[in-house]
Amino acid sequence: MPAHPFRGVAIAGVHNTVQARRLPDHDSVSIALAGALGALTDAGISPHEVDGVVGPDCAHIALELGLGPCTRRPSSLGIPTILDAAALITTGQCDVVLVAAGGAGIHLDRTSAAPWTRPANELVVGYGLFTAAEFALMARRHMLTYGTTPEQLAAVAATIRTNGHENPDAVYHGRGPFSPGDVLASRMIADPFHLLDCATTSEGGCGVVLVSAERAAESEAPLWILGGASDAFGPAYTVAPVWDFRPRPDAEPAGMVGAAAARRAFAMAGLTPAEVDVAELYDPFSFEIIRQLEAFGFCAPGEGGSFVEDGNIAPGSRLPVTTDGGTMSFSHPGINAQQLQRVIRAALQLRGGCTTNQVPHAEVALCSNGGSGALFCDVLLLGRERP
Amino acid sequence: MSLLLPQPRGIPVPRPSLHSAAYWDGCRQHRLLYQRCAVCGYYGLGAFTVCAQCHATSPTWEASAGRGRLYSWTVVWQPPDPRFQVPYAPAVVRLDEGPFMMSAVIGCEPGALHEGLELSVEFHPASDDLTLPYFAPSSEDS
Repeated sequence: MPAHPFRGVAIAGVHNTVQARRLPDHDSVSIALAGALGALTDAGISPHEVDGVVGPDCAHIALELGLGPCTRRPSSLGIPTILDAAALITTGQCDVVLVAAGGAGIHLDRTSAAPWTRPANELVVGYGLFTAAEFALMARRHMLTYGTTPEQLAAVAATIRTNGHENPDAVYHGRGPFSPGDVLASRMIADPFHLLDCATTSEGGCGVVLVSAERAAESEAPLWILGGASDAFGPAYTVAPVWDFRPRPDAEPAGMVGAAAARRAFAMAGLTPAEVDVAELYDPFSFEIIRQLEAFGFCAPGEGGSFVEDGNIAPGSRLPVTTDGGTMSFSHPGINAQQLQRVIRAALQLRGGCTTNQVPHAEVALCSNGGSGALFCDVLLLGRERP
Repeated sequence: MSLLLPQPRGIPVPRPSLHSAAYWDGCRQHRLLYQRCAVCGYYGLGAFTVCAQCHATSPTWEASAGRGRLYSWTVVWQPPDPRFQVPYAPAVVRLDEGPFMMSAVIGCEPGALHEGLELSVEFHPASDDLTLPYFAPSSEDS
């Protein structure tokens, strides 16, 4: 049997900076640098040992940390940057790769949507679309097809927001606890999404350090990539978000984006959804959790609503989901950092050191990025045991 | 009562691109066009230059009769830009000819929206140069 493709790479360090609604002393590069340095400290690795940087600010980070000459990959988003960093190591191009991202000084208009969520494309701009509306158009189809209810959406939001309420590192720590009724009573943004069904906006940075397996032997508790893959149908927030869009007659519909990636990731890992101990799912809107649970195979299509309503995603349940509060409560600091933070939380769960909602003896964690309204979805499986 | 209305002039307007100019020219003339592959008949989610099915490079513009059914919708109460008047109802409409298109429903209350609602296109200017296609309930359905 061939060796696992990621057997030669480990995650050695992770870090979140302080997260806040505003970080007035930072811009996006400076807070990403803080995330980078924190991850290196966590890994016990000197910055000058880094020979590769992955992420949108990689060139700035290489300059400011004095890493040159080094490899750089200006790729974006969380899980894809981890997979790119891992590939740099497994192909022998690098030994120590830094992934860092951050967002600060980007929310200049507090009354409006986050800047990356304002579509400027000609087919959507005149109809006042933004992410809440884009994801709502997907959620509506699920509600029409399967009878999914606003109460089921609210059960997701209440669970994740209460996770954040309990987490002292969350931007919205102490704001709860939340019941589904609280979510349904909050003002309507884009039907079926109430305010509390939606992600927040905030600022912060984060970083991850990946090393070769040889280097990992020196590390205290390396974590391992068991599987990972990505799905996309097209550019986000540019064309109509149509659940039943199929670019080919034999293709899965856009509403199931992430299903193929999950199958590939599970096959790579030799695991099934039943073997996942914790799921750090990307939560731009409450509905997206229901959809991802189905797309990733945790329940059958159409059963996500009852799955969450029956208490299966709460702390202590069969599959604790988004245990730090996610983008709804922990932080949502820019399109790259907020996706990378799902990976970081999964890593912290596997290490067993989460101060709140630690899943006992978590061996396998799944994390995700993106979602149906954005027409892309990434899946990553991490574990404590070397594959 | 919150009748869904076309947006007033002054909202952010689309900027036609090289390959979509014919679509927006059609809207200005109150003709709804969609693109279809001349070889295999495929239609996508907007203007294209290469067919996503057969990869032929000869799409044509077809005129739609301007009728369709409501496929999905939302009702926005907090807009991303204060120039939009709420409530408004972004919607995906399935044209009778087959294509899905992004638009918004007008001419009814939010509570009247339901799957399969029969709709007809209406054109309303968003600026001096640009006209947007909206959809209103067809007369026999309203």
